[in-house]
Amino acid sequence: MIDVLIIGSGGAGLTAALSAKDVGASVLVVGKAYPTNSQTSMAQGGINAALGNVEKDSIESHIEDTVKSARGLCDENMIERMCGSAPSAIKWLESIGVPFSRLDNGKSGIDTVAQRKMGGASAKRACYAQDYTGLKILHTLYDTCLKHKIEFLDEHYLMSLVVEDEVVKGATFLDIRTGEVKQINAKSVIMATGGYGGIYHNYTTNMTGASGDGITAVLRAGGAVSDMEFVQFHPTALKGSSILISESARGEGGYLVNTDGERFIDELKPRDVVARAIFEQFQQGQEVFLDVRHLGEEKLMELLPQEVELCKLHENVNPATELIPIKPVAHYSMGGIDVNSIMEVDGIQGCFAVGECSNAKVHGANRLGGNSLLEITAFGKFAGEHAHRYASTTTVQKADDTQLQQDRQYIQNLYAQEVRLNFYGQREKLGKLFYEKVGIVRNNKDLNYALEEIIAMQENFARMGITDKSPTNNTNLIDFLEFANMILLSSTIISAAIARDESRGAHYKEEFSKQDDEKFKNHIVFQWKKENA
Amino acid sequence: MTISILRSENNTTQTYTLDAQDKPLLHVLTEIKETQDSTLTFTAGCRASVCGTCAVRVNGKEELACAYKIQDGDVIEPLQYHPVLRDLKVDKNKAKETLEKSTTWLHSFTEASPTHKDEKLTERQTDCILCDSCYSACPVYAVNPEFLGPFALTRAYRYSVDKREENVKEIIENVQTNGVWDCTLCGECTLACPKGIDPKMDITMLRGESLRQGYTDPNFSNQSFGTPDFGFDPNSGF
Repeated sequence: MIDVLIIGSGGAGLTAALSAKDVGASVLVVGKAYPTNSQTSMAQGGINAALGNVEKDSIESHIEDTVKSARGLCDENMIERMCGSAPSAIKWLESIGVPFSRLDNGKSGIDTVAQRKMGGASAKRACYAQDYTGLKILHTLYDTCLKHKIEFLDEHYLMSLVVEDEVVKGATFLDIRTGEVKQINAKSVIMATGGYGGIYHNYTTNMTGASGDGITAVLRAGGAVSDMEFVQFHPTALKGSSILISESARGEGGYLVNTDGERFIDELKPRDVVARAIFEQFQQGQEVFLDVRHLGEEKLMELLPQEVELCKLHENVNPATELIPIKPVAHYSMGGIDVNSIMEVDGIQGCFAVGECSNAKVHGANRLGGNSLLEITAFGKFAGEHAHRYASTTTVQKADDTQLQQDRQYIQNLYAQEVRLNFYGQREKLGKLFYEKVGIVRNNKDLNYALEEIIAMQENFARMGITDKSPTNNTNLIDFLEFANMILLSSTIISAAIARDESRGAHYKEEFSKQDDEKFKNHIVFQWKKENA
Repeated sequence: MTISILRSENNTTQTYTLDAQDKPLLHVLTEIKETQDSTLTFTAGCRASVCGTCAVRVNGKEELACAYKIQDGDVIEPLQYHPVLRDLKVDKNKAKETLEKSTTWLHSFTEASPTHKDEKLTERQTDCILCDSCYSACPVYAVNPEFLGPFALTRAYRYSVDKREENVKEIIENVQTNGVWDCTLCGECTLACPKGIDPKMDITMLRGESLRQGYTDPNFSNQSFGTPDFGFDPNSGF
């Protein structure tokens, strides 16, 4: 039996795989696409570590900035651990060959890594590789996995965790190529399945596949999820296409201006503050633009080559000479699978979670730019080690095929089901509903309306299904399974947002515009009891 | 506007009509799937030219579907030299094996003092998103399916010039068979790359390093210079 089954092949999954293998575990990484297709590739700006290469910095300041941005909704021990291990995480990335941008300072090793300023940071702390930091880390991790002969199973879509008596025993997958549902038994499982920003369909920087598959699987298997209402809106996505323009554009000196050409906010405030300031401008009938013209073409091509290309392609603007029209869209899910201090899932023994799918309580109510790449690297290593430790002491018995049969039946039923409502239309509707009613600025009237709409969608769910009946390579089926997950998570996000009658970080409620520590300095947790499942 | 897409079920092109001026191809494929034909199969991810998932061929040239603006009459096909799984969705596993064969990773780390100039040496090469466009465009695959190919060789080059790599020799060793000498230097890969990478140049550089390390071009050494056959006897007659 495999020691550590890793679900998800982005940066968190690959780091966990390398770490578990390094300490002696047998490892299998299963993903719904190929390893380098993951969302980690989209992280642009950088990875935080208080190296102090450019200006004075300390781990204490990194901790302080992170705690401050989390607005009290964090576990300070976890933040200390993450920020404290940041320099060694960079050292490890350096040792596997990540091609960081460099300084000409005559020094050696990680002391030569260039660092830039990101929002909410008290120093230039984000190590970067131009504006392709995530891409270059991800690909170097993948190369290193090949070096260490990590085994991959591509194009396998997670259906369920196999859990007996609150102990994980493996997972079931739909082989996208053959259409077969399979069970993979394992002593321990690491969820590294990414966030749920895809719910904000058309209003998110995330890919459509960011449907929270792992979070849903944990919820259905009896595990806990928490802080689901905290969704980060990135201030600067392209207005037409919702494609991300990195925070580093502002870090390098870009301005935000309105239709009148006026600046209206300190651009390097944390993302929640900047996103709300932009939203306010919209309410006053203003449009908002990112202005990087003063940086000059040469500097733009040097520091932000990717952004320049994306602006030209998707918005038909040349950032060197024109203003870039922007809007804030959903970008990162702070909430997710509730884990304890060793990254083990609350409610499922032997199951660990790391990266955006998890809630390790390091981002709290608002994540700082540059801390998510850090989280996947620092905690990925940590999760791999703990999963191995668990696997080497457990005497877990192979599970029976109850879950497998149930999942096979579910798929079979889907093929037989008559379709009267196109779920793609419902997915569009869901995205718009969430952006408008569960967005940057919320109120209970809108949230309750959104909840009713979701309940109606759930009631209509039996009328939706797949119209492509091909047994193999059926992406219509995968789209539908992802949509089902989004619908399920939607109600947790809205319910938590309704319950939180205050404003904190990314969750801002008009009628309760103040932070209320007395009532709400706690995590809203969802867990299905067995009798309800 | 109409576009044609090669469907794998009957290996013929199917024509779709839509109103989609100035739209990226991916946007159009998604719209077809959502509103006209749910069986149309393709793969996609980030929409921002960085996840490497959506490469296809448009009128015979490799393009990222998310970065190509469609034009009336475009013909869309899957990548070449990849087994087609369904419509535009292909199996990339064999192509990815070239990375393992070329051992494209840091073999032996040593602490170095990289400068801004060193960063520039591999900046382009490390922009690679593994979209497989270059692999699809490479004509060598028509005659040698075991060719290591452009993206793997670019990656090998990237590690070979990394100051932190102590064991450049092994990387060079591993790109000799079905590698740097099998390339025809036609430059199709360079034209196909959506990230502006120049594998042809990287392969040329790897050849230079190979020669420095004592390897020779096998195509040359296989030719016999002992008894040149000029088709006539230069010493006869006269």
